[in-house]
Amino acid sequence: MKFAVIVFPGSNCDTDMYHAVADGLGMEAEYVWHTESDLSRFDGILLPGGFSYGDYLRTGAIARFANVMDEVVKAANEGKPVLGVCNGFQILLEAGLLPGAMRRNESLKFICQPEPLVVENSGTMFTNGYEKGEIITIPIAHGEGNYFCDEETLQQLEENKQIVFRYNNNPNGSVADIAGITNKAGNVLGMMPHPERAVDELLGSADGLKLFQSIVKSWRESHVISS
Amino acid sequence: MLSHLEPTDIQIKEQRLYREMGLSDSEFELIQSIIGRLPNWTETGLFSVMWSEHCSYKNSKPVLRKFPVDGKHVLQGPGEGAGIVDIGDGQAVVFKIESHNHPSAIEPYQGAATGVGGIIRDVFSMGARPIALLNSLRFGELESERVKYLFEQVVAGIAGYGNCIGIPTVGGEVQFDASYEGNPLVNAMCVGLIDHKDIKKGQAHGIGNSVMYVGAKTGRDGIHGATFASEELTDASEEKRPAVQVGDPFMEKLLMEACLEVIQGCDALVGIQDMGAAGLTSSSAEMASKAGVGIEMNLDLVPQREKDMTAYEMMLSESQERMLLVVEKGREHEAAAYFEKWDLDAVTIGSVIEEKVLRLLHHGDVVAELPVDALAEDAPVYNKPSSEPAYYSEFQSEAPFVPALDSFKETLLQLLSQPTIASKEWVFSQYDYMVRTNTAVAPGSDAAVVRIRGTEKALAMTTDCNSRYLYLDPEVGGKIAVAEAARNLVCSGAKPLAVTDCLNFGNPEKPEIFWQLEKAADGMSAACRQLETPVIGGNVSLYNETNGVAVYPTPVIGMVGLIENLEHITTQQFKNAGDLIYLAGESKPEFGGSELQKMQTGRISGKAPELDLDVEWKRQAQLLEAIQKGLVESAHDVAEGGAAVALAECVMKGNVGASVVLEGDEAGVLFGESQSRFLITVKPEHAEQFEKVMSDAVQIGFVRQELGLAIDGPEGRELVKCSHEELEKAWRGAIPCLLTSKV
Repeated sequence: MKFAVIVFPGSNCDTDMYHAVADGLGMEAEYVWHTESDLSRFDGILLPGGFSYGDYLRTGAIARFANVMDEVVKAANEGKPVLGVCNGFQILLEAGLLPGAMRRNESLKFICQPEPLVVENSGTMFTNGYEKGEIITIPIAHGEGNYFCDEETLQQLEENKQIVFRYNNNPNGSVADIAGITNKAGNVLGMMPHPERAVDELLGSADGLKLFQSIVKSWRESHVISS
Repeated sequence: MLSHLEPTDIQIKEQRLYREMGLSDSEFELIQSIIGRLPNWTETGLFSVMWSEHCSYKNSKPVLRKFPVDGKHVLQGPGEGAGIVDIGDGQAVVFKIESHNHPSAIEPYQGAATGVGGIIRDVFSMGARPIALLNSLRFGELESERVKYLFEQVVAGIAGYGNCIGIPTVGGEVQFDASYEGNPLVNAMCVGLIDHKDIKKGQAHGIGNSVMYVGAKTGRDGIHGATFASEELTDASEEKRPAVQVGDPFMEKLLMEACLEVIQGCDALVGIQDMGAAGLTSSSAEMASKAGVGIEMNLDLVPQREKDMTAYEMMLSESQERMLLVVEKGREHEAAAYFEKWDLDAVTIGSVIEEKVLRLLHHGDVVAELPVDALAEDAPVYNKPSSEPAYYSEFQSEAPFVPALDSFKETLLQLLSQPTIASKEWVFSQYDYMVRTNTAVAPGSDAAVVRIRGTEKALAMTTDCNSRYLYLDPEVGGKIAVAEAARNLVCSGAKPLAVTDCLNFGNPEKPEIFWQLEKAADGMSAACRQLETPVIGGNVSLYNETNGVAVYPTPVIGMVGLIENLEHITTQQFKNAGDLIYLAGESKPEFGGSELQKMQTGRISGKAPELDLDVEWKRQAQLLEAIQKGLVESAHDVAEGGAAVALAECVMKGNVGASVVLEGDEAGVLFGESQSRFLITVKPEHAEQFEKVMSDAVQIGFVRQELGLAIDGPEGRELVKCSHEELEKAWRGAIPCLLTSKV
């Protein structure tokens, strides 16, 4: 399985994402510059954290117009796994691949800390390695992670089991303690916590590794016939 | 053209206009005799910034010569953007600390942010990939609205810049004391990693080669920043707000990536230097002077973000996120291609010339022509008069402070809630300390530890300075600052490598201040020699005074150490119930400059704690040996607030409890600040071997499952018994509580 790590000007978790996949999983990964216009050679798309285009105007608002984003949308529509973490999540929201919007943290301050999350849905291609209800520790590091959506959207997210992770101790004011959601089809996941920062016990937690392993496992299962 | 509005050379001399730029009468005369004529307005400006203390070190040079700068691992000592130390395997560590005190006093968010931006450029201009940021901050007492505002905005500025550019802020220190009320200290340190083959220098070799300007456009911000940094703050300093620069971390991120790509990939690159203090002036004059050549620049070609800028304004602007490159003639397009990828300006604005002058053209005229060495090297050096302040001999002869304590427990809880001791989580949770996923020990332990990906090695790093000891006795205090920084590294499992220092002092023209500077340098030098940690670079920040009152002498020590094996990484928190707790080092009733004295009397006086450098050296070596042999579970140095505070820190962070027995003078063993002491825990099965390595460590108790801290005196007499909740509330709650309380 081959992953694309999309790099926008201002991305700063791109190397972390790359190493999580390449070193943590032993999978093939490649940095893809924002100007590229073909992602067909990749099996999974990773949108890393950072401050794309300085997050000027609004987080993720400029990145959604990057050349590569048409291909990201295409990959999502083809059912390939697309993971957006932190700024990557914000970009997915701006691009309309996921519903809702981000506000500044309730404290109005940037927060960086290990964060306990509850796995709400272990049936997705991103979470099949976890148990439902399992509490995992994944770090957060953001100033705008206060997820918001209207009542109707929230109801749909709940009904479709699109809420994949919730905060155990809501740090930023997110609606319904939401830490990560998928699209309706379940192949696009956006989350504020950084699983790529939790792949090595030396750094405090390896709870994020299962997320990447889950992606590979799902991919292998769906590609067993063709290969 | 606005230049006709500028004063003429005669006016500059007769009306002594140079004085407003910070030049003295004798300096102006010296300039006249060097160039054999009167300087024009632009030239006077160039001299004034290059001869400012900030750029020339004219007042501090005699003091800086005291420091040991050589060592077998030192690849680059003072004089370049940052110092470099070999760490084996063809790799090296690059680091430097720098102050941004005055800008932060006036405009705290931008002052702190651009301080971070500047130090990052110093490191990547050497060719190194920045891997970590640290800082050292000083504010007045956390009581007035002004101090709270400065504190909150400085932290936000550091966070805003570091988080965006994606370099983890892994450590630092924050202290509060009335002497910093009007003049906070904001020192930022950057650590980078480099392969030996990529080391670049800021030199302009090769006659005919092109001088290229890359990065952000030049505006009118920060004009005369270096001069502003070299004078005292007064109530009128608010008017100097335009001398504070504005930072754009996104721009710097692009510039950093582009420069690292050029350095690693483009062999047409000859030299590269940051446009920091004194911007275009210092970068061009220094690069030329170091290479023994000259530079000619056409200022019409400088990318400008404002209209009708004069030569004076362009040369003195401190607009951020700019670099100056020297590139082989005819190959400019190769370098430019890297910057185009990142949508950055890269423009050839001049060339290297044989004649050793800085020649500036503007609108077809030569607007300045000055010898580069005169600018970069020939600033006068002053041996300022020095005299021992009256307070020093009074303090030395004063009877030792004896604290009157009703309850040891209440005293401990009070100490834990002093902002200088209390948890700094409020600060560091605003910093992204994890990005780049190498932070093995996060902020809050003795030192931060960053692993080197792809190796078994890691780097430990810290900033340290207890300025109260330095105020009481600058020589002893200077030794302690270096020793304590080394202690922090050793506790983390590292061998200390080298020092970068930031000398924050008052006005050196006052003999008592210059005495502090000299004595502190003597003490630091002695400790650096003994501990084999040469000074590989740093920064001097003088004139830290408000309305005539100086800050405490504060030479902040930034130190980096090498951990040879990831298994040696050690933290301060107690680990397992049943582990034995050892205290190494004698506890004496030393309270001069202590947190307890400050808390009880509101001031400090007396003698600083004693320090024996031989004992320090030996004990550090023993502890490191014990750690490397795998005998140590946790290690923590005993610092502000004494052994009781150190014990409380170890149990709170470890989520275990401890029972210990301390013998001797009660106040002294609990809260005294004797030096060269460590708290160490050891598994029972390793006790015998450990005691052989650390022969003078004394077992004082054990780690227990039950949370909280119990300290008894001889014969089972209870001294302190605190629950986990009591400790946590005092220690963790203090700073958030102070920030929200109204005066």
